[in-house]
Amino acid sequence: MPAISLKVNQRAVTAEVEPRTLLVEFLREHLSLTGVHVGCDTSQCGACTVFVDGVSVKSCTMLAMEADGAEVTTIEGLAQGGKLHPMQQAFHEHHGLQCGFCTPGMVISSADLLKRNPRPTEGQVREWLEGNICRCTGYHNIVKAVLACAEGSAK
Amino acid sequence: MSQGPSQHLPTVGKSVPRADGTPKVIGTARYVDDLPAMPGELHGATVRSPVPRGILKSIRFDPNFDWSDITIVTAEDVPLNTVALIAEDQPVLAARHINHAYEPIVLLACADKRRVLLAKNAVSLDIEALPTVLDVHESLKNTHTVWGTDNIQKRYLITKGRADTEDSVSAIDAVLAECEVRVSGSYSSHHQEQLYIEPQGVVAWWDESGVHATGSLQCPFYVHKAFLKTFGEQPSRIHITQAVTGGGFGGKEEYPSIIALHAALLSKKSGKPVRMIYDRKEDIEATTKRHPAFCEIETGCDKDGKLRAIKMRVLMDGGAYLTLTPVVLSRGALHASGAYEWEHARIEALALATNTPPNGAFRGFGAPQTIWAIERHIDKVAAVLGMDPLELKRKNILKLGSVTATGQVLHTSVAGVECLEKARAVSEYDRRRKAYSEKQGRIARGIGAAVFMHGAGFTGSGERYLKGKAAVDLLPGGRLRIRTASTDIGQGTETVFRQIVSDAAQVPLSDVDFAVPCTTHVPDSGPTVASRTVMVVGSIVEAAAREVGDRVRKEQQASGGTFAEAADRLLAREGEVTSLLQYSPPSYIQWDDQHYRGDAYPCFAWACFIAEVEVDRETFEVTVTNFWSATDVGRAINPTQCRGQIEGGALQAIGWALFEELVWDKGIIKNPRMTNYIVPTALDAPPFHTVLVEEPFSFGPGGGAKGIGELPMDGGAPAVAAAVEHALGIPMDDLPLTPERLFARSASGAQT
Ligand code: FES
Ligand code: FES
Repeated sequence: MPAISLKVNQRAVTAEVEPRTLLVEFLREHLSLTGVHVGCDTSQCGACTVFVDGVSVKSCTMLAMEADGAEVTTIEGLAQGGKLHPMQQAFHEHHGLQCGFCTPGMVISSADLLKRNPRPTEGQVREWLEGNICRCTGYHNIVKAVLACAEGSAK
Repeated sequence: MSQGPSQHLPTVGKSVPRADGTPKVIGTARYVDDLPAMPGELHGATVRSPVPRGILKSIRFDPNFDWSDITIVTAEDVPLNTVALIAEDQPVLAARHINHAYEPIVLLACADKRRVLLAKNAVSLDIEALPTVLDVHESLKNTHTVWGTDNIQKRYLITKGRADTEDSVSAIDAVLAECEVRVSGSYSSHHQEQLYIEPQGVVAWWDESGVHATGSLQCPFYVHKAFLKTFGEQPSRIHITQAVTGGGFGGKEEYPSIIALHAALLSKKSGKPVRMIYDRKEDIEATTKRHPAFCEIETGCDKDGKLRAIKMRVLMDGGAYLTLTPVVLSRGALHASGAYEWEHARIEALALATNTPPNGAFRGFGAPQTIWAIERHIDKVAAVLGMDPLELKRKNILKLGSVTATGQVLHTSVAGVECLEKARAVSEYDRRRKAYSEKQGRIARGIGAAVFMHGAGFTGSGERYLKGKAAVDLLPGGRLRIRTASTDIGQGTETVFRQIVSDAAQVPLSDVDFAVPCTTHVPDSGPTVASRTVMVVGSIVEAAAREVGDRVRKEQQASGGTFAEAADRLLAREGEVTSLLQYSPPSYIQWDDQHYRGDAYPCFAWACFIAEVEVDRETFEVTVTNFWSATDVGRAINPTQCRGQIEGGALQAIGWALFEELVWDKGIIKNPRMTNYIVPTALDAPPFHTVLVEEPFSFGPGGGAKGIGELPMDGGAPAVAAAVEHALGIPMDDLPLTPERLFARSASGAQT
């Protein structure tokens, strides 16, 4: 089995993986990072979204081997020094979640949007989040949370 | 440190953040498949029927496959092969008769996830196909009997006024013949998949204390009941626990019993814990969906729009087994005449069996289907009369003192008119309706409204039989713990219950705990369904919390100290301080189950939803550009969560109307994946303008809360269809309104 070395949530990881292992399987099953969720098997739902080298990626669309040498951040690694990431804080405060299953992916995608575009319009938020499906909220409070985070109003 | 009563700041009415918010945003909430593997754990899988109806002749296991590490379970291994629910018609595993595609036949388990899938491919089924019945019209003819003696799973008849007689058909026909204006129509609605984002899953194991199952589920005591029946175990040896659940919407009401039975059967045979998690395809194919319905309506009214009489027949497709169909049909029938007053009514509702996977609970529970029909019909009546539809609805809406089709006199908490007027005002309905009626270009705009009510809690005497229980315990330091079987599946039960308890016992919110629902540790509060959690269970929790709080304060008054110190003294003296209470419904509720007459629900929540759309007349793409709603919730315990329920439910309804469609080919689903079963994205969701109306229900908790979970699913589809109809001028009587279907309707030249 080939070995891969990568950084996951700022920790160096070296592991042997079967070549067909998906990144999402590697994160969940080898590293127990179960905040990375699986909601589909066709790359639709976005619940599995993580950062790979600073870019949000659906981890079910990528092989673990492709992440060799990369820096991966999952929802578990987003909070820094015991403090919620501003996007996590915004989702919590603005009721951007109900069942919470889509939330890890939503938060990562949204954080990525603000990295690229710190002051998006409502339309841009909706367009960016098109690849993350939420069945509970009607998206209203998710969009509100992202906009509030952009405005820095999330305390 | 707990504080005394004087410092308590009310939390009811405040949008406090979700109690489970932090673990969910940091990724530590453990949904069932996030639970760590147990030692020796196996992965389970299911071999299902590829055909919708037939006789199972034999099961062949490929002799070239290595079966040594595979556990195999077939019908022969099931102690009592029936899924306990309303009837006992559904086997846990098909033994001989196959009644729908995807019916489970063989269960397999293996430590290696991949090998269990290979094993599935090494099983072949020899099935002799039988003729099938695939829709309600065929089923009604009973050319092939696929259920009981006549395919009829359930029938209800509601009569009022002159139709309330032996020959109700002739009587209602005679009334209709006397009416100045008569309008008839038929309206159909289709399957809908719940599509919670977390697929169904469970982990089951046996040990010296009995059988355990932990899963993604709404109703732990349903699973408990199913285990009791199938395994014949002692009730105290069955332990069913809810894991954090990623949405349910009814889809995790009754189905989890089946997946949990399957995992427990594999575990029993292998002696190992078994994890069973469906992938999306299996989840869409095998689990329950919304019942399709076909409704025929004939109504009579005066020329000025006063509604007089309604004759309606509802046909619902129950699928291959009964599951919860009688209850779904009941709710459908009880909402069929809409939010309007009729002097004379005859409503007949039938559920018919077909060779499709059983349909079951889905938010709204039969009401969205009949409300779809009646709202579309009233809009049609308005068109015939040349009246504005909202004006016609305003004229006939049920008010305080009105009498419903079942003879229920509405004497409390009625807010139909208020919701209608509020939504009409905030949406500027009249101005927009007029503006969009002018000639339009390629992009046509339209606006439409739905007015409706939704009964909260169980139907009729349901709560009286159910005797739901809940408890509040006093814990050291003056903390309180809520124990109930009501599950939080995303709707926010945990948070709202804490708010109710915090105010009732006058303790800070942070001093209230919510016990994980496990059948061994919580009382049976009844299922988490029917918009009953807050209104019914919440009111028991409120009373229990008040009782415990009062006892501590009495102790405080007698011997001094803080609330926490008094609590500790009380606990030291009595060992245990708990209030376990049972629900007693308002005494005025009278219900005659035989004639389907009386107080169908303790109260109704009311709403008016208004949709504005743009339709591209070349591509027939529909965009919902605005969505206004005014909803009477009695009392909003957590207003933001309340709005969240309304917005989320409304978007599911918009999805049902515009995008979501299960494509069937001879009983097989052609689009069982998220790539081709399309649910709304953030781009499809309109801006929501959500107004809460508070018309308190005196028996509800927190100062009058009513059930709100299901209602938002009722009005979205008819409001959107009314808007599309307004934009295009073509009748919209059948769901869904996909571009292909709109194109076909427009090409056929139908005009209103
Ligand atoms: S699991 Fe659905 S997109 Fe990856
Ligand atoms: S909160 Fe449930 S899927 Fe988004």
